Parts: sequence; structure tokens; C-alpha cells
Amino acid sequence: MKDEVTSREDRIDALGGMGCKRKRVEDARFTQGKGNYVDDIKLDGMLAGDFVRSPYAHARVVSIDTSAALEVPGVLAVLTAADLEPLGLHWMPTLAGDKQMVLADGKVLFQGQEVAFVVAEDRFAAADGVEAVVVEYEELPVITDPFKSLESDVVLREDIAGEGDGVPDGAHGPRKHHNHIFTWEVGDKETTEQVIENAEVVAEEMLYYHRTHPCPLETCGCVASMDKVNGKLTLYGTFQAPHAIRTVVSLISGIEEHNIRVVSPDIGGGFGNKVGAYPGYVCSVVASIVTGKPVKWIEDRMENLMTTAFARDYWMKGKIAATKEGKITGLWCHTVADHGGFDACADPTKFPAGFMNVCTGSYDIPVAYLGVDGVYTNKAPGGVSYRCSFRVTEAVYFIERMIELLAIELNMDAAELRRINFIKKEQFPYKAALGWEYDSGDYHTAWDKALKAVDYEGLRAEQAQRVEDFKAGKTRSLMGIGLTFFTEIVGAGPVKNCDILGLGMFDSCEIRIHPTGSAIARLGTISQGQGHATTFAQILATEIGLPADSITIEEGDTDTAPYGLGTYGSRSTPVAGAATALAGRKIRAKAQMIAAYLLEVHDDDVEFDVDRFVVKGAPEKFKTMKEIAFAAYNQAIPGIEPGLEAVSYYDPPNMTYPFGAYVCVMDIDVDTGVTDIRRFYALDDCGTRINPMIIEGQVHGGLTEALAVALGQEIAYDEMGNVKTGTLMDFFLPTAWEVPNYETDHTVTPSPHHPIGAKGVGESPHVGGVPCFSNAVQDAFRAFGLRHTQMPHDHWRIWKTANELGLHD
Amino acid sequence: MSDKKHYKITVNGKAEDVIAEPRELLIYTLRERLNYTGPHIGCETSHCGACTVTIDGKSVKACTMFIAQADGKEITTIEGLGGPDDLHPLQMAFKEHHGLQCGYCTPGMITRATKLLEENPNPTEEEIRFGMAGNICRCTGYQNIVKSIQAAAAEMNAAKEAAE
Repeated sequence: MKDEVTSREDRIDALGGMGCKRKRVEDARFTQGKGNYVDDIKLDGMLAGDFVRSPYAHARVVSIDTSAALEVPGVLAVLTAADLEPLGLHWMPTLAGDKQMVLADGKVLFQGQEVAFVVAEDRFAAADGVEAVVVEYEELPVITDPFKSLESDVVLREDIAGEGDGVPDGAHGPRKHHNHIFTWEVGDKETTEQVIENAEVVAEEMLYYHRTHPCPLETCGCVASMDKVNGKLTLYGTFQAPHAIRTVVSLISGIEEHNIRVVSPDIGGGFGNKVGAYPGYVCSVVASIVTGKPVKWIEDRMENLMTTAFARDYWMKGKIAATKEGKITGLWCHTVADHGGFDACADPTKFPAGFMNVCTGSYDIPVAYLGVDGVYTNKAPGGVSYRCSFRVTEAVYFIERMIELLAIELNMDAAELRRINFIKKEQFPYKAALGWEYDSGDYHTAWDKALKAVDYEGLRAEQAQRVEDFKAGKTRSLMGIGLTFFTEIVGAGPVKNCDILGLGMFDSCEIRIHPTGSAIARLGTISQGQGHATTFAQILATEIGLPADSITIEEGDTDTAPYGLGTYGSRSTPVAGAATALAGRKIRAKAQMIAAYLLEVHDDDVEFDVDRFVVKGAPEKFKTMKEIAFAAYNQAIPGIEPGLEAVSYYDPPNMTYPFGAYVCVMDIDVDTGVTDIRRFYALDDCGTRINPMIIEGQVHGGLTEALAVALGQEIAYDEMGNVKTGTLMDFFLPTAWEVPNYETDHTVTPSPHHPIGAKGVGESPHVGGVPCFSNAVQDAFRAFGLRHTQMPHDHWRIWKTANELGLHD
Repeated sequence: MSDKKHYKITVNGKAEDVIAEPRELLIYTLRERLNYTGPHIGCETSHCGACTVTIDGKSVKACTMFIAQADGKEITTIEGLGGPDDLHPLQMAFKEHHGLQCGYCTPGMITRATKLLEENPNPTEEEIRFGMAGNICRCTGYQNIVKSIQAAAAEMNAAKEAAE
């Protein structure tokens, strides 16, 4: 038999399991133009839906005249709030416990808000219909500044203003003002303020993390198809959480959940944009019920940028206290969070500001306080986690800027300041001042490795020389060294504290082994480019000893996949990856019994070895997993059910805490503000590494999205509430021309509570990248007195900084 | 709207008769009428390149061209570059070097890259980055796309040399 002469190493290689750079199984269809994205779906008689949207940011809707639109050839129906109201669907619940208008109910609260839904035979006719709908508006005062909003007499949300004095409570407790959403406080405010009051050194700053947008290359969309004969609704769409969407659709439509099938086909990038539920989904479902035909709705790029799911928009006031030697003694943060017209953030229910309370970062800070006030304004709703676990990007930017500011205050090297404050290896599991328990870390090792790799001291010497040369008139270019050490919190999460709309944030995997030793595994998650079909098969290959190439991974169809909360917040590997490993171990446990029976020994006398069970002490006696799979189906084994299947629902005991050390070296032309990223070194520790090729790809992509956010990408409004960045002409997406090559590196500190020790990596480079790029820009001007300047650091803003520092004089 | 007209185009070597309004966008004709769903729609303003096809030997963004402008022209989409039995070296290289993630930009990216390599069989990294700047990818950070194109160029040049 061939197996007997194959070495153990060869057998491991043949599996294509964890740790190897397996090529992606998804790529054959994508490279040949055979992907199946939602806009590729065609159903018989399918209609197209398109929105009439508000040109105003705040206005009363006086009247809507649809008569001319209904005369447009090809237009079948025009839905308004009045049509949805009898069904109770003119408003819908948001993921944040608020509610949101599906179609304008008497007023509009942001530019681009959905006012009417035109249903037509094709998208051109639908667009003609949109043009023909006449809406009369009465403009109302516009508020785009959250601080002004909290002082304004203008009531944005009349529906929840209450009567007389006082404001009714919201989903997250008492509200202070009619435009206030919630207050969320964590930590010890009194002690923290005392520590800061009495500290030897304090750095203080208002940091604005500007509003931006995930902007995946594929916009959001869906196809709703109501089959009136069997009463079944099928909803295809760009859903990062298909099972949750099914539950939400059932709850708001009254259609029983078993009669709803939600399918996420191939998804063209998500980055948080496709987590929430949008009016287009509700309108498509209603339109399909009304017309009896499938209805497709695909937003265009401008609609995408203007309406579905912005990210960030946090005003973070920070104070950090330390001794003269640089030991941090306390951290204080108060954030004003601009949530737009409706609170449609996608955060676990108990965390209205997500995991912003990981803002003590990688440092051993004895006492801290975080307060967050959510505010309504006349801007689009959303507040999603753009390539990050819930608000972690904001938290990491905050602490990594505060550290730099403290370094300036102390006149100290920022790398050294980090080093003396890191949580030490032996302190893990580490209980942070704002409540989280970090699972594992070895920050000093990672930091030393990173600084050595870039020759940090050499870089500082070069930078000092550059400053001298600049002052001597020999150069007009400055050099910035951006540093970041980040700790993420991902893998939401433990059901005890993480749920969305009451749905616990566990995840799942179901495995069926076929008689000939191949398998299918289905998961509650959904890939949007992360390569799940490749990597989850690798986990299973190692766990059950069948080749990854013999394992199909399937996700996204709620009729067949086990229930799970989907893919975002780097939760797939920490949660569904764990479920996969554990389901695999159940398969293995049954396989062990079968093997023992076949080998005529006791269960305890066989042990698993790569791709087989061997008799202990007699490795020549074995049954391969392939043989065991066949036996499970072809013979009666006393006391064991036929078949080889398993399912696991995994409720993680804790989050995972990936970390990393990044260094960016940048040259800045003082006269143009143009930045040139000369070098970017990224060390990531995501615990056990499943597929290094995919990890590297995730790091490259996350860093590029970080570059975009730090150096130019924003959703900007004027005072009238007009979106100034509604197309890709104004909204910065880097091209190959603007992006450098990245150097990737790693350390491995497995998560002690995860079955395979993996922590998740997809979002780390974005979370760590943004402060690193920003710190590089700011560091370039440190020698000239710059303390802090707000992102995004586009050429104009950098030029302005240089100008204000007198560098053009 | 009923001012439909008759247009003749050739797609991936196949002659197609299209009866459509002149304002119909070529990407719509390709995707909806002729079922070539490889090219995608990402922006409809010519910025992202997800819809890139080759028309009469030039890279064109099909989302901002009317069918009327495409009348009589020869069009190649990703589906025309290679299939399961005759993959184009670029299709193989993108898989080999992890030049894609979500796959949405990939058809346009590869289609554009075929023209780039036709015009410049030995591009430097800088020339690749400049030549591909009309195609946006949100996932990969481009590093592995550049690598894929370099690898395909080497492969194609070696094959050409061997043939000569």
C-alpha cells in the first residue's frame, strides 16, 4: 500500500492543512469572469427598483406626486411611505435599537434619504421614473455639527422627542437633549480625573477621526423574489450576515422564518458596508410582493457613498497622564459621536460605542475613563466598523496619537515611551482598566524585532540630519517616522455580553463526510474576499486528516448553512474557525471508534496521526480517514450510528487580541505637501497562522485602506448638509500608482482559549495602519513644533500645516 | 422611450445583433442582453475600471460608452481571454500570486493587463503601476497584482522565445 511507504512529512504536505500557502480555490471562477455576484443574478420577469432621493439634508416633505412617473413607459409602480404604512414597513428597526425611515415619513433627515421607490421593467425605465416623481419640500434648518446639535432648539427626530419638558429614554438609557442618543461610560472617572489633576505630566488634545466610508468595489444590492404559490420569499443580496438578515426580515415582515431563504452570493468586498439592513432591501421585498415578480435593487456609487453605512466621525477629547520618567498613570477620553439622522450603527447591543473601551491600547495603564455621547445630525446614518472590529480603529488611533503627544510633552522618543509602558508578557491574561481581559501577547519581542528590522536608530539619525539640511536650505523635503503598536479586540463574541438584536454572536460549522472520503462543510459566516473556501478547508484538513482539496466549503445560503452571525469584525476565524475545528474533532472522535472497531482494539488503543488512526505502539496497524469514512457508510458497527457528520455551535469564552508593530518612513515635500512612502514595515501577530499567503494579502489590502483613510479619504459635508465627496472623483481610493510595496513580518503568540490558537488578521492592518501613516506625517513636523493636526492628511492640508509652521517663509 | 435602433457588434469573436436605445450603456448590453457578466459595474463614472473591456485594440471602460458608440466594433471581455481549457497566462498568474481577493475588480484588471503587456511586453514595476492606475482594487493593495503581471510577462516572453 502506498501509504506505508509515504513519510509522515509527505502525508502532512498532501493534506494542504494549516500553515501552508495553499492557492485559493475561489480564483478559478473569478479569474475567468464566472463569479456570481448579486447583479449577475437574473430571474424570469425580473424588475428593477430605483430610489427618488432627497436633495435636502433636512426638510419637510409637503407632497409627493407620482402620477407622471406612472405614465413613463416601463414603470409599474411607485412606492411611498403612505403605501408602506398599512404594512407597518414605512419604518424599520436599526441594528442599534433605534428605528429608521424606509421611505420619508413626512420629513427627510439627510441628503440622499430614500423618498420613493420606483419599480420598472429595467433600470433605464426606473431611472426615467425617478426623474418624473415630483416632490415638494419645505426646507428646515440643517445641523451638521454634533456639538451645535446638542445645543440646538431644532428637533431632528420629532418621532422620539416626547411631549413637554424632558426627553424620553433611548435604547441605551437616558438622553440629555432631543438630539442626544445615548451616554456610555466605562471606567473610574473620579480617580482618573484626580490622577490627571495631580500628574507630573499631562498631554491633552481633541482628536477628530473624520467621517469616511468602506466603499467596497461592489455596491450594496439585492434581488427579492416572492413566490406567491408556495408563500416563500427568496432574498439574494450583498449580506455580510445572511442569517441575521433572515431573522430581521421575518421580524419586520411577519413572514415566518422558514418561509424566507436568504442567499449571499459572491460578494465584491464588504469592509463593514454590507452588515446593516437598508431601505432598498425592504422596498425590494415589498415591491416583489406587490408585483408578484422578482425585483432587483442595486445602488449606484453615489448612493453608496451618500447613504449606506458611513464609518468613524468621532470627536475624541483625550488626556493622558504620566510621571516625568514617562510611566503612564492614567487615561481619560470623552467622545462625541456623530451618528447622523438615525442611529444605525452596527455594534453589539450592549456596546453603543462598540469596543472603543479598548482605547488603553497595548499599555499597562492603571486607571482610565471613557465617556461617549451619541448625537443626531443631518448626515447619513451608519457608523459601521470599516475594516475593524466595532470602533476599534477609533480606539487605536486615539491611544497611538495620545502616546505621540505624550512623547512630545516629555521630550522623549516615542518608541522608548511605548516600550516602558507595554503590558509585559508575564502579565497575560491581562485585565485592562476599562474591563477587557487580553488573552495573550508578547509586545516587547515584537517591538524589538520591528525596530531592529528597520534600523530605527539609523532612521532617527537620518531624520535629524534631514532637519539640519532643511534648516540649512539644502533640501525642501522632510522625513517622518511613523510608529504604531496596536492591540485589537476581535472575534465577537461571547454570548454572555455580545448580541445583535438579541441574537447571540456565536458561530457554527456543520460537516458531512462522504463515503469516498471527501467532505462538505457549511458555516454561518460568508466570505467577501477573505478566501474562506480555502482556509476553512485547511483547518479541517489538519483536524480530520482528509486533503483540503477534497473538502468543499459552503456559506451564505440560510436554507442549508447552520445559523451564524456572519463575517465582520474579524470574527470568522476566531468564532467560526473555532466551530470548524471543534466540529472536526467530533468527526475525529467518531472516526476513532470506527477505527478501533476495524482494527479490533479498544478505542483508547488507537491514536490520530495526520491522516489516520494507528494502533498505539504498532504504527504499521492503521486505518486511514478515507477507509474510516467508507466504513461509516458500508457496514454495521455495533453501537455506532451509520454516517459521519458533525455540527458545532461555538460560543467563544473571550475575544481574541491580535497585535502588531508597524513602522512607516515617509518623505514630505514641504512646498507641495506631497507624501512619498519610502518604506512600510508591518509585523503582525495573529496567533496561529492558517495560510501565510492569505495573511500577507490581507495585510497588504488593509494597509492600503489605511493609507487611503489617513491620507485623503473622507465623506465631507458643507454647511447645508450637501455631500461633497459623492463620487470616486472626490472620494479617494488609492490606485496602484499611490501605493508602496509593504514589508510583512510576524511573531506567533497563539490565543490560549481558541481551539487552534488563531486570532484573526483581516482588520489588524487597517486598525494599525491608520495611526502609523498619520504619525509619520505628524512626526515629520515634530522638530518644527507641530503637536497635532487632523486627518486626512491630503496634500493641501499638509501644505497648510507647513505654511502655518512658517516653513514657507 | 421607444427609439430603438439596430447595432452590430462583435463580442469575443461572435457577431451580435442588438436592438437597443442609443443611450443604453455598453456594459448593460454586455451584461444584461448578451450575458457576459464578467465585466462588472463599480462606479459608472470611468474611475474604477471594473467594467474594462478591449474595443478595437484599446482598453475601454464599458460603463461610460453608449451602445451607439460601440456600433461596428470588436469587443473582447474577460470571457474571451481564456477558459478552463486554455487559460491566459495572466489568469494563471493572478491565481498563482494571490493577485485577487473578492474578485470583483479581477476581470477588468486582467483585461487591462493584457493590453498593457501587448503594448509593453517588458514593463518595469513603475510602468505596471502607471499602466494599471485606471483600475481600482480595494482588497489587495496591488502588491500581488504587480507581482502577477510581472510573472505573466515573464511567462509570455519565455513562451514567445521558445516559439521563435
